[in-house]
Amino acid sequence: MTSSMNPAIVATDLRKSYGDKVVLDGIDLMITEGTIFALLGPNGAGKTTTVQILSTLIDADGGNARVFGHDLAREPDAVRALIGVTGQFSAVDNLLTGRENLTLMADLCHLDKAAGRRRIADLLDQFDLTDAAGKPVSTYSGGMRRRLDLAMTLVGEPRVIFLDEPTTGLDPRSRRAMWHIIRALAAEGVTILLTTQYLEEADQLADRVAFLDHGRLIAEGTPRELKRLIPGGHVVLQFADQEGLDLAARTFDAATRDDAALTLQVPSDGGVGSLRSLLDQLDSASISVAALSVHTPDLDDVFLTLTGQPDTRASRPDHERAPAR
Amino acid sequence: MSTLSLAVRDSSTMLRRNLLHMRRYPSMTFLLIGIPIIILLLFVYVFGGTLGAGLGPSGDRSQYANYVTPGILLITVVSAAQGTAISVAMDMTEGIIARFRTMSIFRPSVLTGHVLGSLVQTMLSLAAVTVVALLVGFRPTANAVEWLAAVGVLAMITFALTWLSVALGLVSDSVETASNLPMPLILLPFLGSGFVPTDSMPTAVRLFADYQPFTPVMETLRGLLLGTGIGANGIIAVIWCAVISVGCFFWAKALYNRNRTA
Repeated sequence: MTSSMNPAIVATDLRKSYGDKVVLDGIDLMITEGTIFALLGPNGAGKTTTVQILSTLIDADGGNARVFGHDLAREPDAVRALIGVTGQFSAVDNLLTGRENLTLMADLCHLDKAAGRRRIADLLDQFDLTDAAGKPVSTYSGGMRRRLDLAMTLVGEPRVIFLDEPTTGLDPRSRRAMWHIIRALAAEGVTILLTTQYLEEADQLADRVAFLDHGRLIAEGTPRELKRLIPGGHVVLQFADQEGLDLAARTFDAATRDDAALTLQVPSDGGVGSLRSLLDQLDSASISVAALSVHTPDLDDVFLTLTGQPDTRASRPDHERAPAR
Repeated sequence: MSTLSLAVRDSSTMLRRNLLHMRRYPSMTFLLIGIPIIILLLFVYVFGGTLGAGLGPSGDRSQYANYVTPGILLITVVSAAQGTAISVAMDMTEGIIARFRTMSIFRPSVLTGHVLGSLVQTMLSLAAVTVVALLVGFRPTANAVEWLAAVGVLAMITFALTWLSVALGLVSDSVETASNLPMPLILLPFLGSGFVPTDSMPTAVRLFADYQPFTPVMETLRGLLLGTGIGANGIIAVIWCAVISVGCFFWAKALYNRNRTA
């Protein structure tokens, strides 16, 4: 969508240790303006630490990072003026009302009174908080609190937003509402770095995804590219009769057949090129197929494979043959 | 925006935040005013007859009410300072502090907001305690200028002790610790000239009492409000307050900037 290719965040070799424990072991990031970048990883992988460093909350032990060209270590205030952070733990003032929280932000962002009031009214409306604006935040539900939290981040119209596990603990409905908001922000040109443990969330939202494990980036790419990184992708051919299945099974000798279902599972990376050659092969062998479906592995599969967790797919016949990339 | 106007603007925003907290949750303020009032009543109506007799041949309960009031005013300041340490420690556990740290604002404004808020709160407490003191027999002889000077001295020591308690609130790893750390301060008016003249104390205690910071402050207040001699106590009080304020400001600032993930 976005035509600009400016890097919003560039990080090189970020390192952080707490005592003996290495939390970040050399992280490189390049995040393009106006895109959603998801940092995915299990608890303790270093996601929050990365966000804390990039949002100037803590200093890195090594490496450097820039936000729109401003060096984090040398010009933290210039960076702070461009960013907004919604952390894992709600960053709202529980003793104040929703409106008072937003007013506090407007004052700290140095908006003038009228502009501040307009912005607050817009945000309350946009985040469906107008009715609750006068109530103390301590009475808010988890979803409302999270929405207020994000609304507070947006008061100063930041160009880069860090969202640390924005939907953790939310019910499915609130989660979808949050996804909707995040997409809308990206559509306005805001750059978003989000962390999540939910692979579906990264898949749904992110333009690019990076896997973080034990303080290292172990893979990075679009969700689709990442899914192709690992074996397990295949095309399922459905046949009308046994004859068709037999014929096809002879043509694709790497395939797995299921006689009861009349299906043949052909290893494939799911890409257009390999699909085309598959269809060509079917054509030239004059095999008629009743239905065809492409199965790419989901990010769960990718993550488990990349982190060297026990590979439940090891028994699959297509395991060895699948393309590396 | 210049650093100074940024500092003023953000500090006043944070002051509004703290005043809003106090207005919405006034129970803490009342609790903090309660302590000095109870001590005042105890010392005037329970111990006052005997202690008053010790002040001199003509000493009595009403004279003791005069004598003890400056000490009670300092108890009020210390009591409020304890409240400040608690509210700072509580505030630091809130996620919003992390948000403040990632914003392009005057960085110590979170702390200056607390200090200014506590200053307002303490001055109001002092006014309330003074009214009670007047009701139980405190008869100051001060004129308008002396009253103004006394308010100034109280503001000065409040400012100093508030920065100290902000630092104590920051150095505490829990709200309980923050509540306990300033406790010893409440003893200082007793271990000074607050409740009995220091020359009635044994030498070691008297030396401590004469040279600790609360005594010159109480003697200055006593002089301004009741016309006793001030001597060098005025200037000593000013120096103590300045040293404590500046030292604790830098201490608090360093504590706030360290360990930024907390």
